[in-house]
Amino acid sequence: MSEPEGRGVAWTEERGTSDEGRRRLKRPAGERGPAVSGALAECVGVTRRFGRSIAVDGVDLRVDSGEVVGLLGANGAGKTTLIRMLLGLLQVSEGEVRLFGEPPSRRTRQRIGYLPQTLGLYDDLTAAENLAFSAAVFGGDTSRALPAALRPYGRRLVGDLPLGVQRRVAFAEALAHRPDLLILDEPTSGVDPLARARLWETIGETAAAGAGVLVTTHYMDEAGECGRLVIMADGRVVSRGTAAEITGDARVTVVETDAWARAFGVLEAAGLRAALVGRTLRVPGAPPDVVRRALGGMDARVSEAPMTLEERFSQITSSISRTEEVG
Amino acid sequence: MSGGGTVSSDQAVSGDWWGTDAVSVWYGKVLALDRVTFRAAAGQVSAVVGGDGAGRTTLLRCLAGALAASDGEIRRPAARRIGYQPAGSGTYPDLTVAQNLAFRAAVYGVSAAGSGADYLERAGLAAARDRLAGRLSGGMRQKLGVIAAMLHQPALLVLDEPTTGVDPVSRIELWSLIARAAADGAAVVLATSYLDEAERASHVLALDAGRELAAGTPQQIVASMPGTVRVMDARPAGDEARRAWRRNARWQVWAPDGRAPADGEPVQPDLQDAVTVAALARELAMSGNRQ
Repeated sequence: MSEPEGRGVAWTEERGTSDEGRRRLKRPAGERGPAVSGALAECVGVTRRFGRSIAVDGVDLRVDSGEVVGLLGANGAGKTTLIRMLLGLLQVSEGEVRLFGEPPSRRTRQRIGYLPQTLGLYDDLTAAENLAFSAAVFGGDTSRALPAALRPYGRRLVGDLPLGVQRRVAFAEALAHRPDLLILDEPTSGVDPLARARLWETIGETAAAGAGVLVTTHYMDEAGECGRLVIMADGRVVSRGTAAEITGDARVTVVETDAWARAFGVLEAAGLRAALVGRTLRVPGAPPDVVRRALGGMDARVSEAPMTLEERFSQITSSISRTEEVG
Repeated sequence: MSGGGTVSSDQAVSGDWWGTDAVSVWYGKVLALDRVTFRAAAGQVSAVVGGDGAGRTTLLRCLAGALAASDGEIRRPAARRIGYQPAGSGTYPDLTVAQNLAFRAAVYGVSAAGSGADYLERAGLAAARDRLAGRLSGGMRQKLGVIAAMLHQPALLVLDEPTTGVDPVSRIELWSLIARAAADGAAVVLATSYLDEAERASHVLALDAGRELAAGTPQQIVASMPGTVRVMDARPAGDEARRAWRRNARWQVWAPDGRAPADGEPVQPDLQDAVTVAALARELAMSGNRQ
């Protein structure tokens, strides 16, 4: 990474906005932007280089109104770089990004709600002040920014709130200006199951009301919440479709035995990497007869089962040469 | 630090499990753990599940010997036979990967050469031996932290959220390390907020606000769930809305025992459903008490 990230902001809009632009900037929070036929967000052949390394390589991506698209990938796969280009924070090296039918600009940013991984809150402002500040920036109504469920925390400094509550505040902030496109970077990291279900409830409602949602997650169980998945590895899209389409009819070999620890060692010695689930072993990438042979005379039940999305994901992405992981 | 709790070490007790018996921990006036009992058996992975503030870290610190209990009994091996990875990886940022392991090995009087190299290979870290730990990605640093904690083949391996925020590929590598430690006979205790991960453990303790929400094998927790769960396409109305949650873009609805089940298709609940039901039941009971 010899070149600093981004040569300034990629916004193309001139400072002196047209009446139309000014009107949109002042759009009250309760109102969605003009309907756009076609994609809310669209990337066509988007490539981003940093010096000689390619972070994003010829990516096509589309998010339509009313859908939730899951963007999956290992760290360093290029997800964050792609999101930064959608936000207009980073220019593309090649290809085209279009938001609501136009290039990324200050005006398109007004219509995007963004929840960064790091939440992006001011620790030394209260929850209410954070939301009011954001509402003011987006030209919304600052008096009704805080949702009822968060009011008990409204007057406390964000830095003093538990992480789970901070996450809900950041989420409310991303939604406060009724964005047409919602971009969420690992929105449910470190959240308990019930709270996670409730965050997804809000995401689902936002999509049902017509917004488009692009969400990254490392938690494969959440892929079921997404209408479509896009899997990236090494800067490229390596698979796309529904979870069922991506998993397909891929199978994994399952070993059940009382002596799992011994079986684990025997398989490893044979070069077969097994995953432990309870006391059963799952061996991706080796058919049952190969596994049975490797186990020799061991007393074990060997069968086949459908692959989980996580296993399939690993199979797809590990076949791509992994470049340096970036934190 | 002194507390009212008692500690048994392996000199005093024989047996093949470690854990806590009705342990409570107060931080000033805040009750962080409320009479929590937990068992971690040798050669098995046990999971402690919960969100931020549930009490997972407090319980793990008690097990690792980093915190005294205010009340109750803790049973753990001697300090030299415990491996502990605190939340946030527990590595030295200014040392390289290899130096981190060499230092740990020296502290415990073991060699980092044999098993260390095997673990690095297993974790996909072999090529990063000479990089500073502080320059690793989050996932790589977590893997290094787990390796450093298990290098001396501890009897009890305590890992505080090793997989939070870690990508799926690194997660699989982390689980390979965890399986290796359990196969070598360690009692592995792992804190996580992911229920699919807890489902892979032999024993699970779900915590909420410092109290046990559910405990047992994943199968036992599911079997002891009260009532029934059904799935619907749209969010139910009225009273049922309070017992519904979103999952896989549909709605799961819980009907407690003795309550007419909701419309929709019955589902065979899994661990995620069972723990969510336990959390809902507690929430509903608390809101009932307030009214």
